Amino acid sequence: MTWREQWVAFATIVVKEIRRFTRIWPQTLLPPAITMTLYFVIFGNLIGHRIGDMGGFDYMQYIVPGLIMMSVIQNSYGNVVSSFFSTKFQHSIEEMLVSPMPAHVILTGYVVGGMVRGMLVGLIVSLLSLFFTHLSMHHLGITVLVVTMTAALFALGGFINATFANKFDDISIIPTFVLTPLTYLGGVFYSIDLLPDFWRALTLVNPIVYMVNAFRYGVLGVSDVNVYASLGAIAIFVVVFYLFSLWLLQRGTGIRH
Amino acid sequence: MSALTIRNLRKTYANGVEALKGIDLNVEKGDFFALLGPNGAGKSTTIGVISSLVNKTAGEVSIFGHSLDTQRSLAKKRIGVVPQEFNFNQFEKVFDIVVTQAGFYGIPAPLARERAEKYLRQLGLWDKRDKPSRTLSGGMKRRLMIARALVHEPDLLILDEPTAGVDIELRRSMWDFLTALNEQGKTIILTTHYLEEAESLCRRIAIIDHGTIVENTSMKALLEKLQVETFILDLARPVTAAPQLPGFEVALKDATTLEVAVPKTQSLNTLFVALAEQDFEVMSMRNKANRLEELFVRLVEQNLPAEQGGQRA
Repeated sequence: MTWREQWVAFATIVVKEIRRFTRIWPQTLLPPAITMTLYFVIFGNLIGHRIGDMGGFDYMQYIVPGLIMMSVIQNSYGNVVSSFFSTKFQHSIEEMLVSPMPAHVILTGYVVGGMVRGMLVGLIVSLLSLFFTHLSMHHLGITVLVVTMTAALFALGGFINATFANKFDDISIIPTFVLTPLTYLGGVFYSIDLLPDFWRALTLVNPIVYMVNAFRYGVLGVSDVNVYASLGAIAIFVVVFYLFSLWLLQRGTGIRH
Repeated sequence: MSALTIRNLRKTYANGVEALKGIDLNVEKGDFFALLGPNGAGKSTTIGVISSLVNKTAGEVSIFGHSLDTQRSLAKKRIGVVPQEFNFNQFEKVFDIVVTQAGFYGIPAPLARERAEKYLRQLGLWDKRDKPSRTLSGGMKRRLMIARALVHEPDLLILDEPTAGVDIELRRSMWDFLTALNEQGKTIILTTHYLEEAESLCRRIAIIDHGTIVENTSMKALLEKLQVETFILDLARPVTAAPQLPGFEVALKDATTLEVAVPKTQSLNTLFVALAEQDFEVMSMRNKANRLEELFVRLVEQNLPAEQGGQRA
């Protein structure tokens, strides 16, 4: 395929993905908006007033970046894992496999589709948060970079999960038993500096800590970890996950006999 | 020029099943080719390898001279595949399915929409373009898969059981459509369980069984190998016993129905003269099974060489 044909094919997948998640918006866009609004009301307003300041900001301001990041992570992952697994389940993946599209076009199309949903939900949650608190922007470049790379990383994670999944149960195991605990324990609701040394050291093994803190640095200018080291680590993970996903797709793991 | 060349194609699945045991096949440009075989013979595996849905274990496949190993993109642009099972997104609209497929081949959206309209109209689906595909009938879903396979205008169209489960009227209209495509220059490879379909549409035929090609010839040459044809005769008056006809094998199926095996060496005139001499009046006559079916059963189910096809054991 020429570069122009590859671009058309890539755009086709992205548009297909956007059409899919906007067609089922009550399942994809509405739930995170409602869930995050409840977080803002309960943790930010009702309980937050009793907690007081954290990291130099009131509690509501402190948790908003983490909640935005949580939305981005869950939705970029969820979009690719459910969409790609559905194409396997319905065998409509064969439409792509018979076509001349190279594996990198298929992979990049799905990943960008997942990133678009993750970042769109992140935007919706950000706009909703403005009803509850004031959001500043300490460093726009870092904010955009972190959210883009994180969305890409978790979209790739969703792709890998979907590749190995054989039944619908398999696409909910990782989000339920891995992603949710890591996100809740990833410094979304508290500064890890509040933890005893042992638990703080253990928390630093959690990669989501670095994403949440790098994003919080971009928005508020505070972080529990080194921001540039976090950016580097996320970038390395994105490259490794991309290459692994591409290898899986090229050899046909889970999709070709 | 060869539209499809297969050399020593082998496929062994992870569970150890050897689906293809080194098949060779050549389909010329412009052919209307039938690939027949019983269930599990290796037809779908062969099509799966050609369409890149199955990884081969060994061998070579070329499409219009482009190797699937080294010139994958060029080779895949020339093939359109209509699979046996419905494999489109059941929630997508009919029009979107066809346009999206064109996009996968790098066809820009305006041209993709134009082609989608052309093929949906040709296949009688234009009125359904805004319907979700799951709401279509079985026959419409089959036609949708044909429109989708044609949207990038391939030179080689492969159809795996395209008329399975569709009514006779629709089947015949699909035959007309495929014949017209072939006359326009498209090479067509067809698998089917309707042997009448293969006999009336295809000029060449390969029969695959247990992962090997057991016959690969022209339809005419294959049918000439049929040594015996079996006819059903409906009699004007009831009889109590089958007549004795030298050179023919006759069985009485019921009081007014005879089953007669006519060897290739005997003419039907001889049969009717003999029947008339014994005062048997025949009102109508038909083949017991179509000729290809008799050969197919002989070749595949009774495992006899084609030269003995149709001969009674």
